[in-house]
Formats: sequence, structure tokens, C-alpha cells
Amino acid sequence: MAVTNVLLCGVGGQGVLLASEVLALVAVEEKAEVKQTEVHGVAQRGGSVVSHLRFGEGVYSPTVRTGEADILVAFERLEAVRYGHYVKPGGLILINDVEIMPGQIGEYKPYPTGIMEFLRSKGFTVQTIPATAEAKALGNLRVGSLILLGVLSVYLDLSLRAWESVIRRRIPERLLDVNLKAFQVGVELGRSQAQAAVSGV
Amino acid sequence: MTLTSPGQRMLMAGNNAIARGAYEAGVYFASGYPGTPSTEILEVISHYPEIRSQWAANEKVAFDEAMGVAMSGKRALCSMKYVGLNVAADSFMVFPFAGTVGGFVVISADDPGMYSSQNEQDNRYFARMAQVPMIEPSDPQEAKDYLKLAFELSELFSTPVLYRTSMRVSHSKGVVTLGERLEVKNDRSFVKDVPNWVVPIFAKSLRAKLDAKMARMSEFVESYPFNWIEEGQSKTAIITSGASYTYAKEIFPDATCLKLALTNPLPKQKIVDFCARHEQVYVIEELEPFLEEQIRAWGITNVIGKERLPRTGEYSPDVLAKAFLSEEPIKDFTNEFDLISRPPQLCPGCPHRGAYLALKKAGVLVTGDIGCYTLGALPPLGAMHTSFCMGASIGNAFGFELGGMDKVVAVIGDSTFIHGGIPPLIDVVYNGGNTTTVILDNRTTGMTGHQEHPATGMTLQGREAPRLDLVALIKAIGVEHVQVADPFKQKDMYQAVQDALQHEGPSVILTNRPCIFARGEKNRPKTPYVIQEDKCTQCGACQRVGCPAVLPGKQPRIDEVSCTGCSLCAQACKFDAIALKGVM
Ligand SMILES: Cc1ncc(C[n+]2csc(CCOP(=O)(O)OP(=O)(O)O)c2C)c(N)n1
Repeated sequence: MAVTNVLLCGVGGQGVLLASEVLALVAVEEKAEVKQTEVHGVAQRGGSVVSHLRFGEGVYSPTVRTGEADILVAFERLEAVRYGHYVKPGGLILINDVEIMPGQIGEYKPYPTGIMEFLRSKGFTVQTIPATAEAKALGNLRVGSLILLGVLSVYLDLSLRAWESVIRRRIPERLLDVNLKAFQVGVELGRSQAQAAVSGV
Repeated sequence: MTLTSPGQRMLMAGNNAIARGAYEAGVYFASGYPGTPSTEILEVISHYPEIRSQWAANEKVAFDEAMGVAMSGKRALCSMKYVGLNVAADSFMVFPFAGTVGGFVVISADDPGMYSSQNEQDNRYFARMAQVPMIEPSDPQEAKDYLKLAFELSELFSTPVLYRTSMRVSHSKGVVTLGERLEVKNDRSFVKDVPNWVVPIFAKSLRAKLDAKMARMSEFVESYPFNWIEEGQSKTAIITSGASYTYAKEIFPDATCLKLALTNPLPKQKIVDFCARHEQVYVIEELEPFLEEQIRAWGITNVIGKERLPRTGEYSPDVLAKAFLSEEPIKDFTNEFDLISRPPQLCPGCPHRGAYLALKKAGVLVTGDIGCYTLGALPPLGAMHTSFCMGASIGNAFGFELGGMDKVVAVIGDSTFIHGGIPPLIDVVYNGGNTTTVILDNRTTGMTGHQEHPATGMTLQGREAPRLDLVALIKAIGVEHVQVADPFKQKDMYQAVQDALQHEGPSVILTNRPCIFARGEKNRPKTPYVIQEDKCTQCGACQRVGCPAVLPGKQPRIDEVSCTGCSLCAQACKFDAIALKGVM
């Protein structure tokens, strides 16, 4: 296929925008045409965030069409449902295993259950990524987004060399080691999950 | 910073590319006022030491300054959100009568779909009204390159140029190839010429000159190379510009496409010929039928535009596919799944909350303004009752009062007050009003991403500047009853409101707590509050404070990570169940 479409979504403050910038920079290293866009809303924390990324040949629109994203990476579980309709039939949804309760105005609603089942019932391939737990194990909660990128990298036609060089360029020196480690953890997680999916485990 | 490396391929957002374009175009001066989706243009320009750049008090001031620099012979630009051009419109309509000496470009960023705006407005009409050329880029590379074209046009015809971008062009990243800075040789300078520069006295003759200039430009655009035709294989023919071009190319990759970069004045003959060559022509333009109506007015009938395409909202490939191919976009899952939304809310620790709690308790009618504090209109605070556009709150409050309403309070942010709140406050004093004005001085322009302004005492570059003393200013205006109140001390804040309301004559209250993102605030150590469940009666009073750190649910809890320790929830608790962590 000429163009790869990726959507990253989550909640403001989770690092979705940094992750999509890293992804876009990696794409620029290896692909002729790259476009990325997100909506800058009100300066606030806790809002829903989505970033579109397209690369390949003949990339004009920065926004992805509904039903055409190859992969959706959800940094938060509920957000996977909010943008699920962008994913192509049978497409891949990677979900960070984390719940962030929406701030609510008016009547209280509990956090919804059955998200994985719902998305699977729609025919998508859904993978849960324990990025937050793995980040905790690495001793830095903020590297969850690099773990997610590591997993994503397994499914994209972008070289590990390009990923590493961008991470080295984009992440501040003192945080570099833990971020590279996090990315590697993600790559391994992604590989074993992809393997398991293929062998039908 | 690697800002000056020609030939380099870089990932850049449209706004960053415009800033780079300003650098490459040899721009000497840039001013502006923050406003989404334009803000980053000036923020990025501020990193180029070759360009003198500054935040202005409002868009009209920004325009007038840039205009002065341009009249002095140098290249100048001003940058603003589309509504900013409403504010600057007075100057914008008259400047073309005189024309310019150095290149002058006004950048206006539209927001189709109103992602962060109070209305939807198609600023292309401004170019027609002012009779100036308009350039529209469609992606980051063009955003950079076309700014140079705009300056060339400006100098060629001695006219201001409108550079119209939109949210998607400004906020999309793409690959941009950098160029070198043009060293503009400065042989232009202002020459005293009263019949040209004193417009009001010579308006009649200048009007005729402007019409003649417009006629020359109309001829010039017929062969303008950046209004190009992309020949395609299919029978479909399209006229388009700006972001719409990128969507049209996705849906009709094989169409023949007349892509316009310069959309005022239009190349009439070129378009007439284009339409004559094709059976049917789609005119694809976001918002109003700006191109379409002009084309139809020339007697051309084989165009299709707004009868299929919407006049509101942002376009996308999906919108075009629906309009022309009857392909419905895939619906989101709202109907099948309870997708709780994440509404915008005042941040934990936002000082505006304290002011609204007091105003709510006072039961007054509150005329509002534009800023983060507009969120005070939403439940559970619900303490703002009108909001329109920047600076309207004070005049509106005075008007309500004149219309017979009692107890009206205007609420306005610090940046907004400086932008448009000073003349109406003068008016309240001058015309004997009783209006109470609350200035929510959080020491930053919060909503647009925390920019400096005259009362923060810092410039665009973060250099110290004389700090505007708001209290002294307000007293000088003639307001005698001026109070500074702490919004985190509910009793005091409420008392200040009561005192102001009881005072005969105009009164002003300034709140004194900074935004949690203001300079120096972000890294201030904070101790969170916690709820002692044994004392908690689950009455919900803390949740009605409307703080995102007080989590919803029957048993309220406080999120220790986001709580800043402002104490408003603790003050709302009648059972002393909320205490500072470690102080229980
Ligand atoms: C004419 C105009 N210019 C710019 C804007 C963009 N804008 C929205 S709110 C705002 C200012 C907010 O700052 P402030 O008044 O200090 O309130 P805060 O957001 O900090 O609470 C600006 C510049 C606008 N809406 N209208």
C-alpha cells in the first residue's frame, strides 16, 4: 500500500503529542512524504487528544479518513472506543492497559467495562499493552509512551536505526537511557505479541 | 538552534513554516496578539534574532505598528487569529488607500469547525472588502514559500497583502525544505507626500487610485504562475485552494485541478476558460462560497459547489467523499457504547474557580468575556451568563444596568482587559455607571497557551519589561473602589464582591493568584489535600466545587497528583473532612 495511516489517541498529559512527534520524525528519516496533525484545543489537561499521521507516497491530506487507519494506538482504554471508527476493517488497535476516569459534569457515570470485547466484536485485532506497568518496573512512569512506540514499531515499515536516532535526538540526555530501554521493552513486547497472534496462541 | 541551514529537509508545522518563511523573506519586524490557531507564528519568529518581534496589546495595535514599520520602508508582518482581523479591520480597510512602502503582510488564521473559537467566519471576504491581494497556502511547504510571494506582491503593487491560513494548514506538520534568508536591499524609504499618506483629506482621489491598482492586479493575476492547472486523466475538473486542495487530491487523484494560491483578485479569464474546457467543475472551498459566487456572477453555470458541500465545519476527505461520491463516513460508536466525554474544565488549582464560587454565592448576573474563565459558565459553577468576544463584558454589564438589571458584574481576564477592557471601563466612569468589574488577573494569557502581556512584566522573548500596574491604571481611570482579593480565601473573596456591590459607583476587584502554568508556578512544590473518609458524609459539597482533582463517585476522593493544594474543596466542606496531606 502506498500510504500508511496511524492514529494515536489518549488523554491530555499522557504524552500523545510527544509520541506522535517522534513517530513523525522517524517517518521523515525514511519516507518521502509525511503529514501529521492534531487539534490544539483549549489549554487544559484531561481532554481527549488525537493525532493523525500519514506517510508514504501521495500524501496530501493530513487527516486520516474514517475506516482507513492501519493502526490505532490508544494511550487510554476508553479513548480506543472514541476513535475506533477510524480503524480499517480488521485493523489493529494497540491499547495501553490504563483507565483515566473522565472529569464529569452533571450525572455521575462509572467507567465503562467491556471495551476489549466491544472492539473485538467489531472485527478489529486488539492487543493490550501493559505499558504503564512496564514503565513502573523501569522506575519512570513517563516512559510509557516510548514503550507504546516500541510496540508500534514492530508493525511499521520503519527501521530500528531511524527510531533510535530520533529518540537520541529528541529526548534530553539525562532521560535518554531509560527511554531507550523503554523503547526496547516495547519492541520485545510487540514481537512476542505479534508472534503469539501468528501462531494463534 | 538549527534555524539557519538552507537545503535541509525538516518536519515543520504550518505555523513554524510561516515563521521560517518570514525569516527567509527578510522580514524586519513582526507583531501580533495570541489567538488559536495563529499563536505559534509569532512565538517561533521570536527565536530569529534577525527579526524584531513583539506581542502587542491587541491586534489593531499590532497592525498599526507593522504598518508603521512598512511605511518606513522595511518588510513587516502582523499575525493574528481571524477574529483579530475584526479588531484590526479599521486600519486594514484604510491602509490600502495609501498603499505601502516596504512589504506588508497581515496573517490571519481561520478556524473552520470552531475548534477553539467563538464563531465561524470566512476571512477571505476581508480581502475583497479591503481590495487587497490574498494568498492561501495549503500545506507547510507552501506556508513557508508563499509568504515570500506575499511580500513580493506587496512591494510590486505597493499594497498590504492578506495571508490567509486555516487551523489545518497552521497545525499540520509536513516536510519542508529550507531556504536562505533574503537580504532585502533597503532602497525604499518614506517620503513625505501628504496627498498619499493623509488619507481622510484625500480619500476621493485615493479611492480612484486604488480602483486603478485593483484593475492592474486583475490583469497581472491572469498569468500568475502559482495559480496552476494540474492536468488529470479523469473527466472531473476542480477549482480549489488552501487546505481543501489536499482533500480534493485524496478523493480525486486523477482530476484536472485549478489550484489557486492567489485568491483575490481572481484570474477571471483563466477561470472562464477552465470552466469552458470542462463539462462540469467542482468548486471545493471550506466555509463560504467565496470563489463560487464570483464565478457564478460571471455567468458561468457549469459549476457545482455549495449545493453539495456544507458551508460550515471543517472539510476532510470524508466530507468530500460524502458530497461527491455519496460515500458515508464510518459513524463513531457513540450509539453503541456509552462514550463518556471529557469536557474542558478549569484545571485543578485554577484561581478562576474561587472567583466564580464567590460570584455564584452572591447570586449576581455575570457578563463574561473570552478566556479560560469562560468555562465558569458550565456546571457545576454555572456562574457566567453571557460571553461573546474579547472586551465585551464591561460594556455589556453597563448596558444591562442601563437596561434596568440590578447587580450586574463583568468578569474579564487580565490579557483580555488590556486587549479591549480599558475603553469600556473608562466609559463606565465617564457615564456614571455602577458596574462592578472583576479582573481575573492570573498573570498570563492562559487560554492560548500562556503568553506574556504588558502586566506580566515580560516580553515575547521572556525579557523583563516595564510592568503595567493595573491597580494604578484603574485608579487613574477614575474608579475609586478598587480591591485586590485572594480567590483562594472564599470568605475574603465573597466579602469583596459584597463590598463592591454595595458601593455606589463603579468598582473593580482584581484577583491575585497566578495560573498554575504561569511562570514560576509550575515547579512550585505543592501539598495536596486528602479526604478523611471517617469524617466524610458524602454530601458532595467538595465535588460541587467543580475541580477535576476531586474525583467523581459516591465516596469522593482527591487525586493527589493533580491537586495543587488550593484548599477550595476544604473550605466547601462543612465537616472538616478535608485536610492537607500529612496534617491530619
Ligand atoms: C480578538 C481576539 N483575539 C484573540 C483571541 C484568542 N483568545 C481567546 S481567550 C484569549 C485571552 C485569554 O487570556 P486572559 O484574558 O488573560 O484569560 P485566561 O485565559 O488567562 O483566563 C485570547 C487571546 C480571541 N478570542 N479574540
